[in-house]
Amino acid sequence: MKLMDDERVVEVKSEYDIVIARAVVRAIAKDMGFGLVDQTRIATAVSELARNIVVHAGEGIILVREIIKGGSRGVEVLAIDQGPGISDIELVLRDGYSSKGSLGVGLGGAKRLVDEFEIKSAPGKGTTVRIVKWLSVR
Amino acid sequence: MKEIDYEQIPILKIEDFLITSIQIPLHDRLAVKFQRDLLQKIEKTKAKGLVIDITAIDVVDSFITRILVEIAKMAKLMGVKTVLVGMRPEIAITLVEFGMELEGIMMALNLESGISLLRRVTNETNEERNVG
Repeated sequence: MKLMDDERVVEVKSEYDIVIARAVVRAIAKDMGFGLVDQTRIATAVSELARNIVVHAGEGIILVREIIKGGSRGVEVLAIDQGPGISDIELVLRDGYSSKGSLGVGLGGAKRLVDEFEIKSAPGKGTTVRIVKWLSVR
Repeated sequence: MKEIDYEQIPILKIEDFLITSIQIPLHDRLAVKFQRDLLQKIEKTKAKGLVIDITAIDVVDSFITRILVEIAKMAKLMGVKTVLVGMRPEIAITLVEFGMELEGIMMALNLESGISLLRRVTNETNEERNVG
């Protein structure tokens, strides 16, 4: 785990790193002022992204940073790997779809827990998933 | 030399029930070991019910859900009913939004209500057996 400017990078190589990735993102979300429910939503989504890296690509990185857009603050997480990539993104987002014997709600479920969700992937080109949760103004 | 297990989830017995509390993050190898330990303990103790406390778990993702559902299914095959207790409110919210279902597992708010639920359902089963 490295500190690069205000970004946090977690190298994900084994299932132990999934726990670290969750803890890092939860700590950042908490510091930013996210409530317990949002912290749990973000940590759960990141858990799915990190597990996808371990299961499908073997290794990759999780990058966490605070972002500001139009006066809103949010936490952005990028999950990047150089694995086999995804040929049909629509399909993997569908509930019940599982390519490797998991529960099959992973990515689709993670999408529902965050405000923005984006996948860039192509076969042989690796996968980048970007999620954002905005801090709602109270 | 036998490898020492630093990571272990204790399984306790009270009355006819096994009680276990997951206090450390489950990863694949630990989850498999935990499942095996539970089934062996069920066989050895002839327990009728199993309480799994998840108070200390702060994230229930699709992996943990699958492990818990599998444990309940395996326990059921051995005639044991499983109750999950100690789910935190934020986890309940996240699970529903996520769309994960803990099918086949009974739920109770805490350890105490979990045990009384088990007492009730295992008694019913005994009565059914006596009648049948």
